[in-house]
Amino acid sequence: MDEIESKLRQTAKQLLSEGKVDLLIGYRQGSLPSKTTPCFITQEQEAAELVWNSFCTNNLAVYLPGLFRLDPRSKKREQKKVGIVVKGCDCRSLVGHLKEGQVPRENLVIIGLPCQGMIDEKKIVAKLEGKEIIKAEEQNGQILVVDEKGQEIRLAKEDFLRDCCLVCQHPVPPLYDILIEGKTARQAVSDEYTEVKELEERSIDQRWEFFQRQMSKCIRCYACRNACPLCYCPECFAEQSQPRWVGTTDDPSDIMAFHLGRIFHTAGRCVDCGACEAACPMGVELRKLTRKLIKDVGELFGYEAGVSAEEPPPLATYKLDDDDEFIK
Amino acid sequence: MVEEKQPSSTDRLQGQQWQPKIVAFLCHWCSYAGADLAGISRIQYPPNIRVIRVPCSSRVNPLHIIKALQHGADGVLVSGCHPGDCHYGSGNYLARRKFALLKRFLEFIGIEPGRVQFSWVSAAEGQKFASVIREVTEEVRKLGPARRLVKNLMK
Repeated sequence: MDEIESKLRQTAKQLLSEGKVDLLIGYRQGSLPSKTTPCFITQEQEAAELVWNSFCTNNLAVYLPGLFRLDPRSKKREQKKVGIVVKGCDCRSLVGHLKEGQVPRENLVIIGLPCQGMIDEKKIVAKLEGKEIIKAEEQNGQILVVDEKGQEIRLAKEDFLRDCCLVCQHPVPPLYDILIEGKTARQAVSDEYTEVKELEERSIDQRWEFFQRQMSKCIRCYACRNACPLCYCPECFAEQSQPRWVGTTDDPSDIMAFHLGRIFHTAGRCVDCGACEAACPMGVELRKLTRKLIKDVGELFGYEAGVSAEEPPPLATYKLDDDDEFIK
Repeated sequence: MVEEKQPSSTDRLQGQQWQPKIVAFLCHWCSYAGADLAGISRIQYPPNIRVIRVPCSSRVNPLHIIKALQHGADGVLVSGCHPGDCHYGSGNYLARRKFALLKRFLEFIGIEPGRVQFSWVSAAEGQKFASVIREVTEEVRKLGPARRLVKNLMK
């Protein structure tokens, strides 16, 4: 167990024993070696279950709005104290929740961890070509994987990082109460939106073809929505029946309307945590679409989501000299 | 892969010349009154628009536009008050931000730029209203019937 993990467990234990939090959300080892699973702990002895490694991909902020949902009758929230383990992207989602009034800041204890980049399990699975992973752990910038035949494979971590980690600009949480130091965070890189620009340069028919191809994979399981920390509406437009925004058929047009609606709802809010794409069982390249909006929001309004809790959301404010050229 | 929609029987019924159907969301305080003025001034403009009156251009949800395209509109126009003239103070400024993003996004996924259009028309601009409708109708006519995003369950 490394130093950072023991510090995390100690902090969690202390917070729970001193009663500073009633519930702590973190990661523990999943049932598969290359996966961690979110855990919700309330007892100090459970703190020993917490882990922190390169497989902590889930965005834990997704659970917060549900914990603090207003009771429809009394219009009150439960007054529990919640501790949450966050990396850079989780924290930016959380800042979004604070900004949108979904989560009360005073009820939160944010445990920030500088992130070294998380591993995309799908990339390892592809590398192993169907062989089962018996063991997976990180050792000095390498991932040691043992397959079903007992063969040890060493992989360079850098080649197996999630795509969103490769362009991450905020590996250190921008907001925290406790920062667990130990390892330095991954170097922030400047995001050039290469894949978005590449698509923009294609002809309109090729872009439509790309969009159609992606949408034709979708089975409408709504995993992208459920994994997204921004999709916290008690009733999603995809399920509303009065008015019925989107048909529930498997017609390509309905699938497109669902994704357009969902993605547009994240405009100016999405922090590119990659949860939607990671959750998708069909490999729909959702980040190419969400990142187009992130790029445009930056270009048009000079705004980056989740960095400051004070800055107003870009679509809830305006400037007198906003771009007007597209309007007749 | 999705098959693109073939011209429906109603397209053909309208004779040799296909007529575009355009849904126009007009704000109650400016553009709708502008349309009224065009009417009472007897200014001619193409009869291809179907007007839906909305309280403010910012009332228009991107889903309204997507749904119109899904259900047979060949074009969508959203028209509101000029900047600074919004009845509610800032509605059209907020709409402008929303639509700037939407327009870029729809083009990014491959919807032709002329399908979804925006304009500012005041209550005093009957002439401008007529000319906007003429322009939009011509642009949509050039693009031809909408084929993308169209819901077509009768295959």
